[in-house]
Amino acid sequence: MPPDLSNSNHLAILWAYFAPGEPAWFTLATYWLMGVVMGLLAAAWIIGRTLRHQPESSINPALVKSFNNRIAAWWAMCAVLIVGFMLGRVATTVLFFLVSFWALREFITMTPTRRGDHRALALSFFLFTPLQYVLIGFSAAYPKLYGVYTVMIPVYASLFIPARIAFSGDAKRFLERSAKIQAGLLICVYSLSHAPALLHLDLMTRNAAGEAVPWTGSLPGLLFYFVLITQVGDMFQFLWSRMLGTRGHVIAPAINASRTWEGFLCGTLSTAIIGALLWWVTPFEFWVSAIMSTVIAIMGFAGGMTMSAIKRDRGVRDYGTLVQGHAGILDRIDSICFAAPVFFHLVRYFYG
Amino acid sequence: MKLTISLLAFTAKLLSGASLRLTEGFAPDPAQRVYFANHTSHLDALVLWASLPREVREVTRPVAAKDYWDQGPVRRYIGKTFNAILIDRTEIKVHQSPIDLMIQEMGEKYSIILFPEGSRNTEEEMGDFKSGLYYLAKKRPDLELVPVYIENLNRVLPRGEFLPVPLLSCITIGLPIYLEKGENSKAFLRRAREAVRSLKEPD
Repeated sequence: MPPDLSNSNHLAILWAYFAPGEPAWFTLATYWLMGVVMGLLAAAWIIGRTLRHQPESSINPALVKSFNNRIAAWWAMCAVLIVGFMLGRVATTVLFFLVSFWALREFITMTPTRRGDHRALALSFFLFTPLQYVLIGFSAAYPKLYGVYTVMIPVYASLFIPARIAFSGDAKRFLERSAKIQAGLLICVYSLSHAPALLHLDLMTRNAAGEAVPWTGSLPGLLFYFVLITQVGDMFQFLWSRMLGTRGHVIAPAINASRTWEGFLCGTLSTAIIGALLWWVTPFEFWVSAIMSTVIAIMGFAGGMTMSAIKRDRGVRDYGTLVQGHAGILDRIDSICFAAPVFFHLVRYFYG
Repeated sequence: MKLTISLLAFTAKLLSGASLRLTEGFAPDPAQRVYFANHTSHLDALVLWASLPREVREVTRPVAAKDYWDQGPVRRYIGKTFNAILIDRTEIKVHQSPIDLMIQEMGEKYSIILFPEGSRNTEEEMGDFKSGLYYLAKKRPDLELVPVYIENLNRVLPRGEFLPVPLLSCITIGLPIYLEKGENSKAFLRRAREAVRSLKEPD
């Protein structure tokens, strides 16, 4: 529940924002979901460790390594979400801001820019990125801000950036340079920010009699559900593509040689089943949860394809290998970025 | 002073996301060295210095232009904080050459960070190296001349900008080179420049 604005005690409003223990912030369902996920991750971690000590001939060591990296990344995601949830909705929003900032950093590092882009870039990092999250952070108290943060980057920043580059006086590959910065902001900042924006919604659901009633479930649970489904989607699409192997039809070999139509369809279907089974943490009915998961899986897949295309164009394999020693965040969150705005708007439209 | 140094080093590293890449066979120990690198940004010396291990950092001093870093309280303070060796680019005298000054300041203890291009380069390609490195190598043949390639810092803070763009940068340290017997200045400088360039990752 957002703080009551009719309350003139601003301290109380502030406190309600930063305090973790709002009503129904965590519910039993959320605890269950997080507990089960962490249990599964722990099991996977143990399996990964054991596999590492297997003789090399019995199992592909590169596969084991990428499996272990995945598990480590999932632990990191879990840690970010759970620490954020424990500290409250503002803290979670701030953590997502940091992730966006780092992702944008990777994105722009990879795309060549010119000297004339410098000021536009600096403002993207130090003005538009924080501003987006500030707007979202206050959107529960001031619901009108929804209208601002949904247009700030796609409209105002997108108009500002080419104009700023024009003022710098370098016309070489002008459209391409503008588009790169716009795409970076759109994917890494704007889209991703819709995930923590879920925490600032006030949701309704239907009771047994079919009347609309305020949803008493936990918003962190809903965000956790969303991130979980994106990752489950990634995992199933990968597994199905691999299991069906050469029998599958590769979608676009020039973009990604391992993503097949079969992996996509079977992965999406499997994700929908898992999503449906998790309806109890969401305000959705069983079948709606299946549809939502389907949409998340499709969008996540689209995100993976898009980022593959960008990487192919730039000739890098992973964002992580861009500069040695840095873990590639963008590799891990591409599906979240693409699914977040769609999921957010579906939830807001049908349950807001 | 100590606090300022740590704070500056930390901020520079955070903003530039610098990762240090050592060529195999190079050990970052406090041996007396001359780190010479390409120069594109004000952050070059700071970030390179901050990326070195602490015990190496403590005996490493950047060489900077006096006509720039001795102007105004802020620059002077930064120069002092980093224990920089200031070289006068405008009046180079015969009896007090910059090389003698460097050697004198280095003593038997300090390593230095040197940018042989002379000033920050705004072109794509590295500029030609000035001859100082050659004379340094001639007068102190015991020094390890370590090539360093600094990547992306020109995008983080190019010449004439004050707001940095926090991209990820990379500092690659190569294997030391030495002046060979009978090698003339031109050949040596070309070889030194090539040593830096070869550390650049192919596009």
